[in-house]
Amino acid sequence: MTEFAVTLCDLERRFGDFVAVNRISLDVRRGEIFGFLGPNGAGKSTTIRMLCGLLEPSGGSGTVAGFDIRTEREQIKRTIGYMSQKFSLYDDLTVEENIDFYSGIYGIPRTKKAERKAWVLDMATLQEHRKTRTGELPGGWKQRLSLGCALLHEPRIVFLDEPTSGVDPLSRRAFWDLIHQLAHQGVTVFVTTHYMEEAEYCDRLALIYRGELVALGTPSEMKGNLMLDQVLALTCDRAHDALALAATVPGVRDAALFGRDLHLMTPDAEALVPGLRQALESAGFRVDRMERITPSLEDVFVSLIEARDRADGAQQAFTS
Amino acid sequence: MLERLLRMLIKEFTQVLRNPRMRAVVFVMPVLQVLIIGYAVNTDVRHVPLAVYDLDRTPASRDLLARFEGSGCFDVVRRIQVEGEIQTVLDAGDAKAVLRINRGFAEDLDGGRTALAQLLLDGSDSNTGSIILGYAARISADFNRTIIEQRFSKAAGLRLEADPVALTWRAWFNPNLDSRNFFVPGVLAMLVAVVSIILSSMAIVREREIGTMEQIMVTPIGRLEFILGKTIPFALIGFVDVALITAIAVFWFQVPLLGNPLFLFLGTGLYLLSTLGVGLFISTVSATQQQAMMTAFFFMLPAFMLSGFVYPIANMPTLVQWITYLNPLRYYLVIIRGVFLKGLGMEVLWPQLLALALLGTIMLALAAGRFRKTMA
Repeated sequence: MTEFAVTLCDLERRFGDFVAVNRISLDVRRGEIFGFLGPNGAGKSTTIRMLCGLLEPSGGSGTVAGFDIRTEREQIKRTIGYMSQKFSLYDDLTVEENIDFYSGIYGIPRTKKAERKAWVLDMATLQEHRKTRTGELPGGWKQRLSLGCALLHEPRIVFLDEPTSGVDPLSRRAFWDLIHQLAHQGVTVFVTTHYMEEAEYCDRLALIYRGELVALGTPSEMKGNLMLDQVLALTCDRAHDALALAATVPGVRDAALFGRDLHLMTPDAEALVPGLRQALESAGFRVDRMERITPSLEDVFVSLIEARDRADGAQQAFTS
Repeated sequence: MLERLLRMLIKEFTQVLRNPRMRAVVFVMPVLQVLIIGYAVNTDVRHVPLAVYDLDRTPASRDLLARFEGSGCFDVVRRIQVEGEIQTVLDAGDAKAVLRINRGFAEDLDGGRTALAQLLLDGSDSNTGSIILGYAARISADFNRTIIEQRFSKAAGLRLEADPVALTWRAWFNPNLDSRNFFVPGVLAMLVAVVSIILSSMAIVREREIGTMEQIMVTPIGRLEFILGKTIPFALIGFVDVALITAIAVFWFQVPLLGNPLFLFLGTGLYLLSTLGVGLFISTVSATQQQAMMTAFFFMLPAFMLSGFVYPIANMPTLVQWITYLNPLRYYLVIIRGVFLKGLGMEVLWPQLLALALLGTIMLALAAGRFRKTMA
């Protein structure tokens, strides 16, 4: 295996006229937790399905564990673990029967079967529920079992497609602990999510939007270099009304509510402060705090996506 | 390879047998249906309800009526008093036929003229109608012969000789001409087709619909392993159904099983190959279980009509007869009736076996060819 667990080069997938994935290129290093982020419908699942050999790419190329995603799909399937967005074990089989089924399908040697089964049951803390029908388990437990079944054959690369969607925060936390353990053992984890706080847990991130790669880097790189705007945090009374006013002040590119604060995107925070304070106070708002902050990943993504929308809008206006 | 196949089989069996509704569909429904349909499918015409309108009321007319009643073919259900009643009895379906004997019947008979009687027949079911007509014709012929004999002996003082030609007959197969013996094996073929096609047409599309397919497709399972894993369990279930229904046919309905039951199982195996092939093919081309169900029904109805189950293939137009060659049911009906009623085996039925084997292999190959380990 090369240095890279996964490589994508101009990977493209069309469904009729619709371009779901538009020439994405990136590399995932071995042993890395690689986060694949983007809003719903951005093309995350389509990309992951192409990598797992479930979908044929329309263009470009890619490798997983050194195998070509067009021509060596069966080798890839033996090497990877995959957990789909939707729960996809058998509801009418018990926990144990699901494990036995997949362990047989993956051809796990007889001598290792019991050990792997025990490992999955431990990992998913389902020892006491081994005889329970899978359909009766709560959502978070099902997800752990899914992950367990995807890891039965000890794959070196796992693809997790929104593994935590619809799972309560506590289970989500536990799930990410599992992912970190895996990475610790040298497993490459390719994970999609649309929870921004989960992005912080990743070693590296790719942001995709409308099928295109918008940004690529570590979380701190993203917060440091990729942000075109500065973020000014503002605490004042009647934040909701203040938002409407603040958005109209010259120099404010965008304004959003964050809890009880306002976050304002601006090319130059320092220069904005006096004018903004005056505008708000003359309208009768009480401004308690106003300071430039390090952007959160969410700020970064919102600003990148909006920049992309503006660029696309300009492009459309230009071409039409 | 074997390990994976074995796991598929265990899983499929567990899923079918664990689900109470599936258990009912697979084991209870065929048994109940063969019991009910076994009584229902019967084209024997006996105890025809007959209304009589006797305007003559003489010993001669009563003699003719007595022959109808005594034949065992007719039950007199009504004695009509006024002309208009004939219409109402036939309209309401109270009687399938009305026998009307005109005034002067005895007089004409005694006077050596042709005496007239009329049979009014409900011909809406043409088949039954012509059978009733046959019964009536036989009774009147017997009646005529008796009268001619009487006249002959009276005039010549001699006994009439025997008929110059006597046709004696014997049914070589199904000696009692019992239509149930013909139809119950057909019901078996039909029920096995229903169970195997429905189960297999759901098999793949169901997993696709609930999402388990996506997970299976990223495993190293082979296409053949998967298809066989979806075929063998239903084939075994089909065999169990055939055994159950055969037992009911033989022990309950007393249908003779003259041939070798093992040969019947061989034929069944090849038949199941083709019905499961059809079902799996439907499953691979359907996006939802509903689509699969609809398609299965669109296949089954013509398959039953064009099988020779009720309507003889020889009576069909040539073009339609050609179509029936694609119908697995057609061949299996010949096999199953041949084994049950004629005691036939390989030496006569090999063309049917060969046809089923061919059809089955082609259908399964098509299904396997359509099945991909990729989405969309």
